[in-house]
Amino acid sequence: MTAATDTSVASASLPMTKALNAGLRRAMLDDPSVLLMGEDIGSLGGVFRVTEGLIAEFGDKRVLDTPLAESGIIGTAIGLAMRGFRPVCEIQFDGFVFPGFDQITSQLARMRNRHEGGLIMPVVIRIPYGGHIGSIEHHQESPEAYFAHTPGLRVVSPSNPHDAYWMMQEAITSNDPVIFFEPKSRYWPKGEVRFDESGTPLHASRVVRAGTDVTVVGHGAMVSVLSQAADLAQAEGISLEVIDLRSISPIDYAPILGSVQKTGRLVVTQEAPGFVSVGSEIAATVAERAFYTLEAPVLRVSGFDTPFPPAAVETHFLPSPDRVLEAVDRVLAY
Amino acid sequence: MATKARTRAKQVDAQGGDPAGTLRDYYEQMSLVRAFELRSGEMYARAKIGGYCHLNLGEEATVVGLMAAIEARDYLFTGYRDHGYALLRGLSPERVMAELFGKTTGVSGGRGGSMHLFDAETRLFGGYGIVGGQIPPATGAALALKYQESAGPDAAAVMCLLGDGTTNIGAFHESLNLAGLWKLPIVYVIVNNGLGMGTTVEKASAEPELYKRAASYRMPGLRVDGDDVLAVRDAARDALQQARESRQPVLLEVMCYRLRGHSVVDPARYRSPEDTTIAQQSDPVPSFRAELIASGVLSEADATAIDEAADARVTEAVTFAEESPEPDPDDLFAYVYATAVANAPSALPGEPVMDAL
Ligand SMILES: Cc1ncc(C[n+]2csc(CCOP(=O)(O)OP(=O)(O)O)c2C)c(N)n1
Ligand SMILES: [Mg+2]
Repeated sequence: MTAATDTSVASASLPMTKALNAGLRRAMLDDPSVLLMGEDIGSLGGVFRVTEGLIAEFGDKRVLDTPLAESGIIGTAIGLAMRGFRPVCEIQFDGFVFPGFDQITSQLARMRNRHEGGLIMPVVIRIPYGGHIGSIEHHQESPEAYFAHTPGLRVVSPSNPHDAYWMMQEAITSNDPVIFFEPKSRYWPKGEVRFDESGTPLHASRVVRAGTDVTVVGHGAMVSVLSQAADLAQAEGISLEVIDLRSISPIDYAPILGSVQKTGRLVVTQEAPGFVSVGSEIAATVAERAFYTLEAPVLRVSGFDTPFPPAAVETHFLPSPDRVLEAVDRVLAY
Repeated sequence: MATKARTRAKQVDAQGGDPAGTLRDYYEQMSLVRAFELRSGEMYARAKIGGYCHLNLGEEATVVGLMAAIEARDYLFTGYRDHGYALLRGLSPERVMAELFGKTTGVSGGRGGSMHLFDAETRLFGGYGIVGGQIPPATGAALALKYQESAGPDAAAVMCLLGDGTTNIGAFHESLNLAGLWKLPIVYVIVNNGLGMGTTVEKASAEPELYKRAASYRMPGLRVDGDDVLAVRDAARDALQQARESRQPVLLEVMCYRLRGHSVVDPARYRSPEDTTIAQQSDPVPSFRAELIASGVLSEADATAIDEAADARVTEAVTFAEESPEPDPDDLFAYVYATAVANAPSALPGEPVMDAL
């Protein structure tokens, strides 16, 4: 077992798994009502080792290994929240959340409204999601639109270790349920985490690379694909402005609209199938709110509208820098 | 770790019991499953197999016993630990290995992969990667059989396999209730290998003697030693007979050990050394082999020849899988809907937009 990350220093280079672990640990130290629940999160430390070491430090009353029962896990978290706890539930993989979907959408999301604001629902549901790890269906999916479609849920996804550390803590202090999508292909690359301050609030989107010709927007693992696309474009003399959405619900449109004012062109990207997706929502809103500044239709680059494919062809399904650049070429040519 | 049920002393009686030929067949099957799984693990480590890959290593006697009991007319549903069952259901090692490799020659053209082996012809109705996903559909298939056929020794039944950890998910309880209530021809088999990933049965189940859960649904529940191929076969046959003839669902718990990690990538560090030792000691393949040699059913040379033949068979399967073509991304839309649906996406994204522009 590895030692807990020292967060008293100014910064450290960490993979996202460790940054999340440090964020969870910080939140548990700050507030004794925070507890973790999930399948094999205790002594095993979770399939991705995000909770590693926490049961040793906080004990098995605060790090609960549960039976295999997603509906039970999430429903129990609701009851715990009713009595003042702040549960953080781990779902092992994106595709395994659905046995618990009913508790999330029918109960968790509505509880506060149903009781006229009489209670809060500070439940975080952590979901490792997305592709690029060759793991076929149920293990690589991007189901964020189902949750973003549900009023009452906040939905976020960090793209880098720094954001992961801070967003996790902010999600836990939120008095509303937060569906926390962790881009599993970004679990392992290291990035600098500054422990002094976040710099960006939980629900803010952010320009991560300034540019002038085309605005490209994405969340989670797409952000690194967009950065690669921006490098390739730059070599061809095209300047992309890259925006990391960070918050999927609600969406912070200010940086997006500000960028589109400048570029007049927008490409929205996501690993999820494009039909009725987060990208569709952004495209529609930008068309409503920035119609006269647009020089070209907003294009979406998405996964296909098919079940997640076999490993050998997932690189076709998942948007690549090339597919992003094709869309960039098209909006520029318009 | 749950204590094992030793339903009877291990013995092979070539005279009074099963014919030597049958016992030899069982050993051949166990040897094939063992060789296939060892090689699958290797191929996974060599990145030939994508996704996750859960092996039947240590469960061979259970696999062979259950597949000896089920008839061709019966329907089989299983979880994701499904390779051995598919092989013994009659799918060729070539097609199964190719499916693991994600190739077009696989049982589902590579679309299902290791966890979703499916073959309507041999009535293997999956292969399910979501824990508990198979249990309600298996129950529905049993309801269909009840509607379509009359009970009797020739009627078909459903066998639905699941793991010990899987008995804690809602779908298990919903389904057993339906089956008990409606008297469906189905046998639920809990393959209890003591672990759901890293969680022991005792840590996960309020009633760790899982067969007792049957009582809540007014169905017989029984436990059998999963390392004893004949005991498994006989118990499963009896259970299937009740399902066929009396429309009596049964819950059968088969006790075995998982020889390795949960999936190929799991080093199983959570496991105690004692537990690993017990698992290795009760490995059914070498023990059945030794019993057959001791009782004169096989000579050492016969057994070696069987093992070598199994290995060669698997080598052929690997070669076939390796040489088979990769899927074509353009075909991904081919099976999303049963018939062409107007306006449904049917091409790679981007292109329709390009046309419109
Ligand atoms: C709904 C759902 N939750 C979690 C998982 C992850 N998972 C896959 S297998 C498994 C353990 C199942 O154990 P058991 O039922 O004992 O079967 P075994 O693997 O031992 O054969 C878990 C937690 C999943 N596939 N589906
Ligand atoms: Mg098990």
